[in-house]
Amino acid sequence: MGKNRRSPQRGQAKPQAKGYLFDRPGSVRKLLRSFYGALAFLLVLDFLVHKHALFPWEEWPEFYATYGFVACVVLVVVAKYVLRPVVMKREDYYDR
Amino acid sequence: MTGSLPPFLIFVAGALLVPFFRGKWKGAYLLAIPVIGFWNLIHVPQGTHWIVAFLDYQLVLGRVDRLSLIFGYIFHLISFIAILYALHVKEDLQHMSGLTYAGSALGVTFAGDFFTFFVFWELLTVSSIFLIWARRTEAALGAGFRYLLVHAAGGLCLLAGIVIHVSQTGSIQFGYLGLNGLGTYLIFIGFGLNCAWPILHPWLTDAYPEATITGTVFLSAFTTKLAVYALARAYPGTEALIWIGAVMTGFPIFYAVIENDLRRVLAYSLINQVGFMVCGIGIGTQLAINGAVCHAFSHILYKALLFMSMGAVMYRTGKINGTDLGGLYRTMPLTCIFCMVGAASISAFPLFSGFVSKAMVMDAAAQGGMQAVWFILLFASAGVFHHSGIKIPYFAFFSHDSGLRPKEAPLHMLLAMGLAAFLCIFIGSFPGYLYQLLPYPVEYVPYTTPHILAQTQLLFFSALAFTLLLLSGIYPAEMRCINLDVDWFYRKGARLFYVLTDRSLNRINEACDGFFFRDLTGVLFRASKEAAVRFVLFFLVSFWLLTGVRGRRLEMKKMNAYQDMMRGTLPVGIGAAAACLFILLVYGLV
Repeated sequence: MGKNRRSPQRGQAKPQAKGYLFDRPGSVRKLLRSFYGALAFLLVLDFLVHKHALFPWEEWPEFYATYGFVACVVLVVVAKYVLRPVVMKREDYYDR
Repeated sequence: MTGSLPPFLIFVAGALLVPFFRGKWKGAYLLAIPVIGFWNLIHVPQGTHWIVAFLDYQLVLGRVDRLSLIFGYIFHLISFIAILYALHVKEDLQHMSGLTYAGSALGVTFAGDFFTFFVFWELLTVSSIFLIWARRTEAALGAGFRYLLVHAAGGLCLLAGIVIHVSQTGSIQFGYLGLNGLGTYLIFIGFGLNCAWPILHPWLTDAYPEATITGTVFLSAFTTKLAVYALARAYPGTEALIWIGAVMTGFPIFYAVIENDLRRVLAYSLINQVGFMVCGIGIGTQLAINGAVCHAFSHILYKALLFMSMGAVMYRTGKINGTDLGGLYRTMPLTCIFCMVGAASISAFPLFSGFVSKAMVMDAAAQGGMQAVWFILLFASAGVFHHSGIKIPYFAFFSHDSGLRPKEAPLHMLLAMGLAAFLCIFIGSFPGYLYQLLPYPVEYVPYTTPHILAQTQLLFFSALAFTLLLLSGIYPAEMRCINLDVDWFYRKGARLFYVLTDRSLNRINEACDGFFFRDLTGVLFRASKEAAVRFVLFFLVSFWLLTGVRGRRLEMKKMNAYQDMMRGTLPVGIGAAAACLFILLVYGLV
């Protein structure tokens, strides 16, 4: 489970930071690097494993990787640019 | 008959005795209830037990078969975990409603007839409402009332369906129905409401995040999964369910991405996961039904685990919005790890429970050649990882440092989460034990190299999408806002209805009040008084004319008599004379 990273932090960094895992310099970069490494490994592995698929497209190279990536991008883009403008209201919308 | 008790009885009777225990004994007593219940359940042989005669019908309190048993097991298990998690709660009401809620779920699970089924189905709603109201906020009160009203409507729909069905078939036995005739359609919709089908769903995302910290853990386990059980019992292989399930898996994930309240994110992902089960029941093959039931079992555990971890965060910080949280891994590391186990399980990572259950439904869809459904389910699989798998742990425990340094969760919460996390990994690593309990024999093998690779690729590249979108700033920031859902129609609609009825009915009321009460009565009153006075005056004037009164004196007498009569200050003699005259006149006329 190495997908939880911390975005670069601005301001109010605790001076007494006790060296928590992701407060150490470079730890986020290290984590990201190993994550990208794992992705590359998975891409290579795709060609080495024999697939027995129920649908023909399951045998296409990197089908699942592509689908996972595209699905999530579509999900976020639609949620942000289509759904949010339609449904977002102030927190006290129902109380007014 | 057996030497055992009906499973619901232990919980419902146990709930009534809660107030008699104090201090540490209360905790021990509460935990003993599901343990005794479970011990009782494993000694019940399969078959039909506890048949009670009621009017002309035979009520079956214990239809024990493989389908009801597996739900019985998981309901006992999750009750134990939820009670352990709630041990700090001092209020008896919450414990009692939690136990009654679990007990009514067991009552429904083992009900063999519609009457018993319906009674427990309604008790389920009534007992669960206190888990929401016990939060004692205005929002919880409102959400609770909406929850109650929506479920009352669903319950009436179910009742109407049952009445029609029973009067048509003459049997109250609860078994396979299928969609044929009005009664079965109404029952179908009644189940669907509790199952949180699209459009019927907003009670769930409205009420669950408003319930108490411990109440939501109970709520997440029973109502929807019980509806899944009811559908698996009465409507397996109903094609409509395939599409309903597919839509259920799809639409909530869009909401989950933009939602700020993290427990509401989990509520949306709950609908998404139940969608897989509904879809499996719709496909209806042995593999699909097994998959649906298996997924319900593992889902109850990991969803409760996720709600528990967010509850622990809320318990320690008093906050639950993504905008207020972040960086909690520093001081709540165990809660963070348990949350990530739940997240990995719901995302179906290999070695975690979702992996061995969700894939059965996916495979069943593929074997049935359902391409579109399969693509939607795969999209939902990637999406669920995105919002429940990453978003929940990331925004609560990592992300920006909120500056909050809360203490780790209390021991009993950690134990409850630890137990659930252990079971998630155990089921994921040794699925054979769970597969043995499923309704049909299992030939499915989850751990094949292509399956592991496919799923890992899907998840890792979803994670890549999250990473890149976040780094590029496209990922929608958490915002203090609410997102409208279908409940807008009845939340705003109810106000509109109120305004409309106020404007229309109250106007009619006002008009009627004005006409009948003020104007018409006045007219009638004056008219009747005047008429009587004029009538009497006619006789008086005739009498005075006869007695020779004329001119100014007559006018004076007329005027005085008129005023006296209008004021009601007539001398008694004149009044009596007028009455006699009137009686004589009437007598003469008759």
